[in-house]
Amino acid sequence: MAAAAQPTSSNEDRPLLQVEGLRKHFPAGASRFRRNERFIHAVDDVNFTLGRGESLGLVGESGCGKTTTGKMLVRLIDPTDGHVIFDDGTGEPTDIATLRGKPLKEFRKHAQMIFQDPYESMNPRRTIFDTIAEPLQVQDIGTLVDRLDRVMEMLALVGLTPPRTFLFRYPHELSGGQRQRVAIARALIVEPSFVVADEPTSMLDVSVRTGVMQLMADLASGLGIGYLYITHDLAVARYMCSRIAVMYLGKIVEIGDTEEILRSPQHPYTQALLSAVPVPDPTVSREAVKIKGGVTTLINPPAQCRFYPRCPIADDYCETNDHPPLERKGQEQEVSCYKA
Amino acid sequence: MAVDVAPQSAAPSIRKVRLTLFMRSLRENWSLFLGTRIGVIGLVIIIFYLVLALAHPILMNTVWEERVYDPVVGYAFDETRQPAPPSRNHLLGTDPLGRDVLSQLMHSARTEFLLGLLAAVVTVTIGTTVGAVAAYYGGIIDTILMRFADLMVMMPGISILIVLSALIGVEHFELALIIGILSGFGGASILLKSQALSVVVKPYIDAARAAGGGPLHIIFIHIVPNLLPLSFLYMMFTVTGAIFSEAILSFLGLLDVRMSWGLMIHTTEAAGYLLQVGAYWWLIFPASLSITLLCTSFYLVGRAMDEIVNPRLRRL
Repeated sequence: MAAAAQPTSSNEDRPLLQVEGLRKHFPAGASRFRRNERFIHAVDDVNFTLGRGESLGLVGESGCGKTTTGKMLVRLIDPTDGHVIFDDGTGEPTDIATLRGKPLKEFRKHAQMIFQDPYESMNPRRTIFDTIAEPLQVQDIGTLVDRLDRVMEMLALVGLTPPRTFLFRYPHELSGGQRQRVAIARALIVEPSFVVADEPTSMLDVSVRTGVMQLMADLASGLGIGYLYITHDLAVARYMCSRIAVMYLGKIVEIGDTEEILRSPQHPYTQALLSAVPVPDPTVSREAVKIKGGVTTLINPPAQCRFYPRCPIADDYCETNDHPPLERKGQEQEVSCYKA
Repeated sequence: MAVDVAPQSAAPSIRKVRLTLFMRSLRENWSLFLGTRIGVIGLVIIIFYLVLALAHPILMNTVWEERVYDPVVGYAFDETRQPAPPSRNHLLGTDPLGRDVLSQLMHSARTEFLLGLLAAVVTVTIGTTVGAVAAYYGGIIDTILMRFADLMVMMPGISILIVLSALIGVEHFELALIIGILSGFGGASILLKSQALSVVVKPYIDAARAAGGGPLHIIFIHIVPNLLPLSFLYMMFTVTGAIFSEAILSFLGLLDVRMSWGLMIHTTEAAGYLLQVGAYWWLIFPASLSITLLCTSFYLVGRAMDEIVNPRLRRL
């Protein structure tokens, strides 16, 4: 199996995205006349890979840097440092972290984003046709008539049928679920290699949530699209993603196969996160993992484990040493903890 | 059902649908506008003065003899004393120089409209662009544009116009441009930038960037259309400001214009009739009332549009 399945070209061995040492430091309290020495370490030395057609869940609490990471991958935010090697097998592998100008515009055909808020992610003054056709329009793909056909196709694909009736409506005439389907259509119309989905279902009614998730999963497998699925909901991550990465204060603390992590979480933060998920059975009692305190500041954090102030199992070693590196702990599981 | 638009006819049909959508929103806004009483009052006054302005050239070519009724060089030979009170030939009397007041009033209405609208269009074009650019780019570009705007706001407009008209001679057209540029780079750009700031943080701007849209695309396709309601509103207020400044300047005799409402009052004042309002009311009331009414009407229309574009003010 191993030999037969191996692709011949070494080029195709590479994952779609290889993120190395990605950092984003936002200046805190900058002033035009004073050199800034305080930085918010929103994303700090993040490493992971995303395979072709794979969906990776990025899980963590508010403010841990999930969205910043996602936005850096589609270059809505410029990374402070680090590399993102992008290779979709059609061209040379490129480091998208430093792209500018024409190559960046070209890269934007391969990476799209779906936003959290379906009410704010569409210009209220543009019709659904304009919204969905926008990537084609700015990339100058096809004529107006071609775009119309493509938009109709996409509308049918995301389940907004009959497509004609939606073309020239305005966003405010659509429900939240329908808008999120339009957002998906807009993201997929350029046939990207990967899509960053920033909590696309968190603002939807529970009743339409699974429909949208199912649609995204179907389209991903049908079109071979890789997802970086940002969420704070472990159940959603489990439904959507084959692998998950748990973030805490700008660091990935645990990454690996979804089922493996959910079955045996190694990092104390992941354990606490899992124990906070409610179980829909009142007779089951679980051991609650207690963590103390609140989220500590991200401004110039000290050189110690980020989770140290809240960790139930930390000792002096964790306090005096820098944040632990990711280490393989299970089959497909990497954990960044000295004690786990 | 899926595609019943033939590919050839698709492009024109898109335009047709766009037109239909445009007409639909126009109709909706029109019915909202009719619902606001002040807007209707303002519009009636504006239409009244529009009719006056348009009727003047027609009257001059048909009933009115140019020798007598020309607003600048005419002379009422049929009157023995100037200024003459209203009569059948001269419905609003004549001014101290023997010119027909009604003709002057109607002639001026046209220039007031042109002046006000040109000033407003210049203001809003500059203000919208500057505001959108400052909000989109931020940083040093924003700082430069906004400090420049502060400078413009601090400039005493009337005094500058006095100096300029003394130096280069200012006519209606130049006046409109100067007012337009002063308020366009000043107040309008500050106001519209603050509105644009609330637009640039919307996720759809990020979505447009992720799609590959450049600064021009984002500024003119996404930001500016969302500023337009406020721009139109500001336009209305600029018309008022322009007409008012013109009146002040020509009353002071500082504008190089042939005829305007302000100049009519100036003539009255120069001939010494200004303080005898009771006896010579037709010299003062028509012009001053026109200035007041037209300024008010544009302000009222602006307020009504404010209610339409700003749903929080809408009475439901």
